[in-house]
Amino acid sequence: MSTHASHKKRSGLMDWLTTVDHKKIGILYLIAGGFFFIIGGLEAMFMRIQLFKPENDFVAAETFNQLLTMHGTTMIFFAAMPLIFAFMNAVVPLQIGARDVAFPFVNALGFWLFFFGGVLLNLSWLLGGAPDAGWTAYAPLSTTSEGSGVDFYVLGLQISGAGTLVGGINFLVTIINMRAPGMTFMRMPLFTWTAFVTSGLILFAFPPLTIGLFMLMFERVFDANFFNPDNGGNILIWEHIFWIFGHPEVYILILPSFGAISEVVATFSRKRLFGYSAMVFATVLIGFLGFMVWVHHMFTVGLGPVANSIFAVATMAIAVPTGVKIFNWLFTMWGGKIVFSTAMLWAVGFIPTFVMGGVTGVMLAIPSADYQFHDSYFVVAHFHYVIVGGVILGLFAGLYYWYPRMFNRVLNETLGKIHFWTFFIGFHLTFFPQHFLGLMGMPRRVFTYLSGQDLDQLNFISTIGAFLMAIGTIVLFVNVIISTSKKYAPSSDPWHGRTLEWAIPYPTPEYNFAQTPLVRGLDAFWIEKAAGNKGMTPAEPVGDIHMPNPSILPLIMSIGLFVAAFGLIYDTMTVVVIGMAITFISMFFRSVIDDHGFHIHKEEVEEDLKGVKL
Amino acid sequence: MDAGQRLTDANFPEHPEKATLEGKNKFLGFWLFLGGETVLFATLFGTYLGLRHMNMDGPSTEELFKLPTVFLATMLLLTSSLTSVYAVLALKQNRVRTLQKWFIITLILGLGFLGLEVYEFMEYVHEGHTFTSSAFGSAFYTLVGFHGGHVAFGCLWIITLLIRNWNRGITLVNAPKYYLFALYWHFVDVVWVFIFTVVYLMGKVG
Amino acid sequence: MFAMLALLLMGCGDPTLSALMPQGEVADKQYSLMVLSLAIMIFVLLVVFVIYVFVIIKFRKRKGDDTIPEQVEGNHLLEILWTAIPILLLIILAVPTVMQTFDLSAKDKPKKGELALKVTGHQYWWEFEYPKEEIITSQELVLPVNTKVHVELSSADVIHSFWIPSLAGKTDTNPGDGSKNYMWIETGSKEQVYKGKCAELCGASHALMDFKVKVVSKDKYQAWVSSFKKASGKATGNAAEGQKIFEKNCLSCHAVGKEGGNTGPNLTGFGDKQRVAGVLEHDKDNVKKWIEDPQKVKPGNNMPNVPLNDEEVDAVADYLLSLKLQ
Repeated sequence: MSTHASHKKRSGLMDWLTTVDHKKIGILYLIAGGFFFIIGGLEAMFMRIQLFKPENDFVAAETFNQLLTMHGTTMIFFAAMPLIFAFMNAVVPLQIGARDVAFPFVNALGFWLFFFGGVLLNLSWLLGGAPDAGWTAYAPLSTTSEGSGVDFYVLGLQISGAGTLVGGINFLVTIINMRAPGMTFMRMPLFTWTAFVTSGLILFAFPPLTIGLFMLMFERVFDANFFNPDNGGNILIWEHIFWIFGHPEVYILILPSFGAISEVVATFSRKRLFGYSAMVFATVLIGFLGFMVWVHHMFTVGLGPVANSIFAVATMAIAVPTGVKIFNWLFTMWGGKIVFSTAMLWAVGFIPTFVMGGVTGVMLAIPSADYQFHDSYFVVAHFHYVIVGGVILGLFAGLYYWYPRMFNRVLNETLGKIHFWTFFIGFHLTFFPQHFLGLMGMPRRVFTYLSGQDLDQLNFISTIGAFLMAIGTIVLFVNVIISTSKKYAPSSDPWHGRTLEWAIPYPTPEYNFAQTPLVRGLDAFWIEKAAGNKGMTPAEPVGDIHMPNPSILPLIMSIGLFVAAFGLIYDTMTVVVIGMAITFISMFFRSVIDDHGFHIHKEEVEEDLKGVKL
Repeated sequence: MDAGQRLTDANFPEHPEKATLEGKNKFLGFWLFLGGETVLFATLFGTYLGLRHMNMDGPSTEELFKLPTVFLATMLLLTSSLTSVYAVLALKQNRVRTLQKWFIITLILGLGFLGLEVYEFMEYVHEGHTFTSSAFGSAFYTLVGFHGGHVAFGCLWIITLLIRNWNRGITLVNAPKYYLFALYWHFVDVVWVFIFTVVYLMGKVG
Repeated sequence: MFAMLALLLMGCGDPTLSALMPQGEVADKQYSLMVLSLAIMIFVLLVVFVIYVFVIIKFRKRKGDDTIPEQVEGNHLLEILWTAIPILLLIILAVPTVMQTFDLSAKDKPKKGELALKVTGHQYWWEFEYPKEEIITSQELVLPVNTKVHVELSSADVIHSFWIPSLAGKTDTNPGDGSKNYMWIETGSKEQVYKGKCAELCGASHALMDFKVKVVSKDKYQAWVSSFKKASGKATGNAAEGQKIFEKNCLSCHAVGKEGGNTGPNLTGFGDKQRVAGVLEHDKDNVKKWIEDPQKVKPGNNMPNVPLNDEEVDAVADYLLSLKLQ
């Protein structure tokens, strides 16, 4: 009976809407994340244009608050998060020698939930105004904000948050259960390790956000009183819940970036990662400490000197494992033969930039000094150094590095270097002066500033830098478009890779590995190459390969929630019921219809193996 | 062998819920999911503890809670956890009819619990303790209501599972599903034990 | 190195606004920790940058060199060093950090010799109450030199954050009686008008929620207090006409002297202020501009457009500018 389901091949659009293949889902995440990255970037440009001179009137005050809210929310939840999931999907199963993730259906569901959450949030621009209470949505500003903007924020994040949560669980199970023979935990590539820890952080950080968003929704839609002091509520509850989620979120973003940097630095220095065990330990420790420091976002809230001191010291402690990572990267390069490809340039640019973001982080951990830094442009500078200088530079390194694996093409190196230099210089030009703006008394989230406060020149420089970053991003998109017209890359291992994802032929077969590989150590592929072998040693004979069926249900479930969200925003219970019914009926069908997938037959696999180009 | 086939006593594995990779993945994934659920309820508990004395003009916890009803509800839910253990024992012995019997009793007890909770809420609303009356009201109904929602979802789940597999034996496909339901049901039960302690008992004594 | 850093940072920005030119004990202490942490961090940066530059120059792949470098696993001594040294540096930083956190935390009641002040944030203006002197004013805080001020902070609506960079770091003003905050300001020895800001996003005109802190000699402060307490809303000429209109249309929200409501800023001594609504130059045109359409100046604020004709607006402006304390 093992041949029951036929091999369903779908083509074109239907293929993309129903796919459960981690490689295709990775591409979907990359495209959607890239799209929201452009939207968030445009919002940033509008803000920088407004601030390029004092008392400018390019946008109105209300619009500016919507821009700053949407910029933050979009960049964190709908650009950085999906881009991280893009690489986790594209790379992790390959790095551990698996044929797919543990729950391919749930993987697709995670993507569509994220996507419709993002679409919902951005539709607010067209439907009466975007949210305007900041990405942190502090009550009571968020609970009393007029219009539907904040409702879009709440429901958009709620839907996409559910997608992220199931995605996190999926990767935890994948990494624990689906490693190839010989791939012990301490032989896993560092990117997989960081994906693992990040998934763990997602599992424990997103539920508080879910609850916080429910409370905010109940407050706005059903007149609850959690944050209403007139009726016994307490505004600090939101701040605590938000940052109990919010601080681990920062590490959720940065850890996979660390992972990508570790792969790139080792590969292009032609050396194994210096202090691999210390790197793993540091990653786990950063993830663990990430849950103990949320109050450093709330030093000025008035929690008292005891709480402030404890969280100050805990925050400083994170600098130690982070420092370990920096030195390990430096000493991976030490004694190596560094090739400055574009991917490596991003990694090399990342190191000093991230260190600068890190040291201002330690400065911000000092409560009494933070009274001056907090909510000023100093903080804006700090977190852009960490998130752009850390996360985004790391993701760009990963993009240039894994692009051949994902798309069977390489990106143009010259354009890549132009992209790097314009973006890198633009970045420092934009954000370095902002440290000083903050110390000179400029609060963050201001739509304008008066002249005569000595804030004019630095703001002007900052805006110039922003334009350079925009130019860099345009170059990247030109590069991507040009690459689509190129032929397949000449080699399946263009960078002399060390890990399993480079041991697979081009284009990556649907089933990843014709035979599950046997892993004999860290940098599994490098070991085989060093021993003179052409590829990995298989751990099993060629046989039938079991594959999951594609399904349209993840898309329909997400559309159901999307519809229900509109019902909640516009207070129409029938629409809520219809939307929830769509989702629940899809879940019901998923539950009662046995879906055993299909098999790719041994003969087909053998056929593929004959035509392999390595 | 096909995973959807009825298992016989001869080929019955020791852990039918973890005998396939799919089963193993579901088993682990569900445990992790419950870890996330724990944090979810912890957040609700934290909020409730912060706001439980903020009853404004409405009745306080001491005035409000009627322990006999709540105690009865607790007994129903605890017993249902026990009956679901019997169901899982039947699962491991490949006795599908016994399994169905115990899960139906679990379901009835769960529905009884929900009935009592609805009755309790109606009483409270009658006494002026509503979702919008105070911060205490919002926190109380959100915490207890989230739990009630979990019980209701569990009831729907087991109904679907029982009907779908009524005439099938235990297979490698449905064994993990039965098992996970039982796991979920225990989790919901444990959360209730905390609610009973933190909300009701602590509400009565101070 | 400390001195160099301090010199480098000095002279940055507006001396009445910059946290880098601190006045008074509180801002001084905060500044000293900023400098200490910055010094340690610059040391760290230097170490990293030196290794970094050396590595990327020395170990680049040369043309034609295709040898495989030695695959080093790690080095225990080095790894222990770069774990231990940062821990030491952080301890050096953590000790004064914790000490100062306790040192600068204010209790809920003022101590003897401290000036008591209550600050309330509103969308988008500040209310200042001197409970002992029984004075309520708005937008411009008058304080004597060399005085420690105990500040109690709360909010009438959303969260704001009270920040005078030159004198002290910020503290949030939270709505709700249970969430009051307390802080200190030490006014320093200079007679100077400092700029104050709202640092927490509080709505459309968050950027325009500026206020002033006028630090004056102790005598001048006493004179200000007594004249404030004597102030009434009496006026003459066109201003008297304005007073009538004001009493009919504005007094329910704005107090002058002892009369009037408290939902809007108290306007006693308005003629002496530095700014209209905290942001506009203090002249008659701007007073009129504000009364005619407050939303145009500060979008989203709570003042309605009062239906007055041009002459009435003119008279009210005259009246307001005539309200001087001395």
